[in-house]
Amino acid sequence: MAVIKTENLSYVYGEGTPFRKIAVDNVNIEIEEGEFVGVIGHTGSGKSTLIQHFNGLLRPTSGKVFVDGEELWKDKSKLRALRFKVGLVFQYPEYQLFEETVYKDIAFGPTNMGLSRDEIDRRVRETARMVGLSPSLLEKSPFDLSGGQKRRVAIAGVMAMEPKVLILDEPASGLDPKGREQILGLIRDYHKTTRNTILLISHSMEDVAKHSSKILVMNNAQVFCYDTPQRVFHRANELEQMGLAVPQITRVFNRLKARGISIDEDVYTVDFGRKLLLERLKKE
Amino acid sequence: MIKDITIGQFFPGKSPVHRMDPRVKIVLTMVFIIMLFVADKIWGLLIGIAFTVFAYAISRIPGKMILKCLKPIVPIIIFTAVLNLFFIRTGKKLFEAGFILITDDGVNTAVFMVVRIICLIVGTSLLTYTTSPIDLTDAIERLLSPLKLIKVPVHELAMMMTIALRFIPTLIEETDKIMSAQKARGADMETGSIVKRARALVPVLIPLFVSSFRRAEELALAMECRCYHGGEGRTRMKQLKVSCVDFVAVAVTVVFFAGIIVINHLV
Repeated sequence: MAVIKTENLSYVYGEGTPFRKIAVDNVNIEIEEGEFVGVIGHTGSGKSTLIQHFNGLLRPTSGKVFVDGEELWKDKSKLRALRFKVGLVFQYPEYQLFEETVYKDIAFGPTNMGLSRDEIDRRVRETARMVGLSPSLLEKSPFDLSGGQKRRVAIAGVMAMEPKVLILDEPASGLDPKGREQILGLIRDYHKTTRNTILLISHSMEDVAKHSSKILVMNNAQVFCYDTPQRVFHRANELEQMGLAVPQITRVFNRLKARGISIDEDVYTVDFGRKLLLERLKKE
Repeated sequence: MIKDITIGQFFPGKSPVHRMDPRVKIVLTMVFIIMLFVADKIWGLLIGIAFTVFAYAISRIPGKMILKCLKPIVPIIIFTAVLNLFFIRTGKKLFEAGFILITDDGVNTAVFMVVRIICLIVGTSLLTYTTSPIDLTDAIERLLSPLKLIKVPVHELAMMMTIALRFIPTLIEETDKIMSAQKARGADMETGSIVKRARALVPVLIPLFVSSFRRAEELALAMECRCYHGGEGRTRMKQLKVSCVDFVAVAVTVVFFAGIIVINHLV
């Protein structure tokens, strides 16, 4: 069953003013449970606006959003409960930390859910371990941590709510390569252990290609395509026309093809590319 | 949504009023206020109204803006009218019932005060409609510069105001973002008692404070990197200049003012 579904979803900023702008235009999409979806699209393509609809932070101008089979906004009193099913990590989430200790900050979401103390304690410790925060850090002030640590605390704060769908808006931006790998690695591990649905917005085609099972491409407020990485990166020309790139390794292989070296499959990860080349070399 | 709040009410345009030197505009606005209070005959007040209408006409500010600026002061207008109507007991009796006594003096004063307040608000709003906040602070700085002689830090005050104005939209955007983030974590800001709602603001206010301090530090550093050292010897990119429009505006105001004084003495 689709865990997130939209029907003719549209959102317009500043309706009725000269600044009217269509941010999301008639989007119909179904995201299956357990999927790891990479969301790409250039700045202003509407991807951030779209994901804010998935947990009811924005109310669609027209159209419907279904989470886990239930329609958001149909019954406003249920909205908060549905919101707990979809965890949203904003860009630069470390700026939302506010509690005295890391422990309390991670516990903020679960406390709002009205869970028992033992359950909250279990979740806090578990997610802290999952994002690689040592137990000694839990009693520290979040403002004393390093940038990468703060980011992980903020992500843990959302993970601790154990949402069915976890949405992350550029979780690795502004971090050094090591920090990036760490964050993306923990998201992948989280996906592996929980099998929950993940939506990952990223500007890095490499990251998206490496981790996702499906890719959602947004362009000009519309969904350009929603398909497997292989099929999406197959349309390299179209992607480049809309100002997006394909992974570097795909470009390398496309050049090889252009030079007359026949390679049947679309390559979008380095590992797969290496395997393919090695097999080919062995054959020759 | 919180983003819809407009701060300042500047209405960009190219009318003569917009082109006036903001200093002259401030001074003339003050003259206009004095004018309204000097007028104590009905004809004088009509001239005041005429002046306001005339100023709006040439500034090409849409009429609905007038209603918009009056909206917040409706309670004050009603309060003043009621107060004057019921508590002035001199003059001819018009109506009496129990302890209520309405006299023609009361009605006169009530109408007079209401018209005066409306003109006052509408007229002074024209200043903020036609002058950008930055121009306003600039003008205030220049007008207050004589106070430097008695060691009032005029430039610093103006700089503080400019920075505050500049960062209002940034802070609104930031508040919006943090509120969304906390809502996504299940913070409930819309229901519950006042105490509960006030407490629900803590998760928004603390990150907001933290980022404001961070921003302030960054800005201070950036300013120092560009050798900012206060107002002394600082030149401006945009020089305020009194031009032809300003002289005409002063002349028109003087004519209206003179008209009011003449009418006060004649009628």
